[in-house]
Amino acid sequence: MMKQFSYRHEKEAELMGSMEAASKNACAMSEEELFSFAEFNAADVERTGYSNYSYWGSTFRAFLKNKAAVALLVLLGLLLLFTFIQPYLPGQYDPNIIVNDANGMQYRNVPPGDMFILGTNSIGQDLWARIWAGTRTSLFIGLSVAVAEALIGITVGVIWGYVRKADFILTEVYNIIDNIPNTIILILVSYILKPGVKTLIFAMCLTGWIQMARFIRNQILIIRDRDYNVASRCLGTPTWRIMVRNLLPYLVSVIMLRMALTIPAAIGNEVFITYIGLGLPVDIPSLGNLINEGRALITSPALRYQLVYPTIILSFVTISFYIIGNAFSDAADPKNHV
Amino acid sequence: MLKYLGKRIGRSVLTLVIILTIVFCLLRLMPIEGYFPNFEKMTPQQIQVGLQEMGLTDPLPVQIVRFFKDLLKGDLGTSRIYRANVPVTEVLSDKVPVSIKLGVLSMIVSLCAGLPMGALMARYKFRFFDKLGTLFIVCIQAIPAAVYYLYIQLYGTQILNVGLLFDIKNPKYWVLPVLSMSLNNIAFYGMWLRRYMVDESNKDYVKLAKAKGVSEGGVMFRHIFRNAFVPLAQYIPTAFLNTVIGSIYIESLYSIPGMGGLLVTVIKKHDNTMVQGIVLLYACVGVLGLLLGDLLMVLLDPRISLGKKEGDR
Repeated sequence: MMKQFSYRHEKEAELMGSMEAASKNACAMSEEELFSFAEFNAADVERTGYSNYSYWGSTFRAFLKNKAAVALLVLLGLLLLFTFIQPYLPGQYDPNIIVNDANGMQYRNVPPGDMFILGTNSIGQDLWARIWAGTRTSLFIGLSVAVAEALIGITVGVIWGYVRKADFILTEVYNIIDNIPNTIILILVSYILKPGVKTLIFAMCLTGWIQMARFIRNQILIIRDRDYNVASRCLGTPTWRIMVRNLLPYLVSVIMLRMALTIPAAIGNEVFITYIGLGLPVDIPSLGNLINEGRALITSPALRYQLVYPTIILSFVTISFYIIGNAFSDAADPKNHV
Repeated sequence: MLKYLGKRIGRSVLTLVIILTIVFCLLRLMPIEGYFPNFEKMTPQQIQVGLQEMGLTDPLPVQIVRFFKDLLKGDLGTSRIYRANVPVTEVLSDKVPVSIKLGVLSMIVSLCAGLPMGALMARYKFRFFDKLGTLFIVCIQAIPAAVYYLYIQLYGTQILNVGLLFDIKNPKYWVLPVLSMSLNNIAFYGMWLRRYMVDESNKDYVKLAKAKGVSEGGVMFRHIFRNAFVPLAQYIPTAFLNTVIGSIYIESLYSIPGMGGLLVTVIKKHDNTMVQGIVLLYACVGVLGLLLGDLLMVLLDPRISLGKKEGDR
């Protein structure tokens, strides 16, 4: 939130600066220049008549100005790329294979070193490989939940906000779903269905979409009767076209922000569900699984690396998404464009 | 006002009924293996008898009607596995006080820390303190709670020199769970109070007060704070009622004998009556919290009237 304020502040200061410069220019002109007729200049006429403003162009330009967010985006992109490349690099262990030494003994709790970059866990699996496989799983869950929630939420939300007849029914549905605690649904669904990645995604979307829809609906209610929409309706524009062309582009920045915040939340939920023992089985490594394994060893300081490394990756991923989301939504807000 | 309240309460009851029905149906979807600890060794007949004893062989509508009839008499049933044959209400009444004590303590801490933080951030907008506060809020919101709770437990227990497991009689052991529970709420109150206060401070009455020569502190606390607090007050009843439920994560992390871990435990143990009882409690807390929150807003701000508000929403 704060970013937005300070950003706007900067913009204002810039604007004031350029205005002052302009007035100084005017002073610099001699009195004769000021009071004589200006000559016709074709280039000047064109300049006011046409603006090469492009929404996405301005958005990206505004985003690129936020150095911290760009740096994080690059790092996050590299991390994502690496999670996919890592299995194909030479000398990697399979995340689920228990590594034995020459005598057939398992490498249990080997500290980080030459042979295992980040050490091994309590049954002799390579932590390095497990962390990258886990990051892949967790990011996949986070992204899928965000995309699914956005798709369902936006569709329902726009209809909910724009079509008056749907408002009553959907509001009642919302009142009911909103009153069932999220935790209960998450726990019940992950218990009834077989534990797995799909179950987790399904359980998280089951309650998440209505929050997104509610949010979109409130935004739509604010802008649905603005003059430009009334004009469109008078001109006979079909309803779906008003929704897609008039309403949705207005909401890009808030939707992006919501999506960016859903990803860390979903990853956090996965950790929570795994913690209470209803998450993914151990042979599908995820950050939740790894943190849970590390937590069990909390009492012995020598093995703490098994908790520290997964939490570092997890915190980096969630903080990056949070900051990038905020920066992008600021950039996507046309009020912040020059 | 009375008419509105009546309508509102009626609707809340209907919501409760629907929630209970949904959860009731979901519970019947659970795999039946879980009801019996030694399922593999049982003959189909034994299973049938066992199910019949629990009333699970009747058609679903019959079961639902029976459940609500018992509920009207105030009978939530008895626990089947968790504490065999003890009434659900009795099991809950052992657990709730611990959670309430923990929750109320953490609520006091978060209000006492969060509100001054938000107010000071608004007062020194864009200065060092504001930036520090924002950093704190971003960290709390972006890092999953599961992670920082773990580190608080890890290093907190070393610093305070306490054991990992909870000791209910020793006040030192209450510090870490209360602190962990408060952090999130401190960030919440701080963030929104700052936001509302910044919004308020651009209004005309603030300019008038300043023009009259009211001191900076006076404007902040007599004028801006009182107006900015109204929208936040809406959440306080919910926060208070939530203390009854407790926090699943914190209570199981420190093994606190409260409500928190109970839901997970009884779902895993297929103790249907317990699950229904707890869900009823959760849902009541949610519905009642919203209702009281709206009432509190009306009490604090005479300009808001509930009857009209419904039309706006």
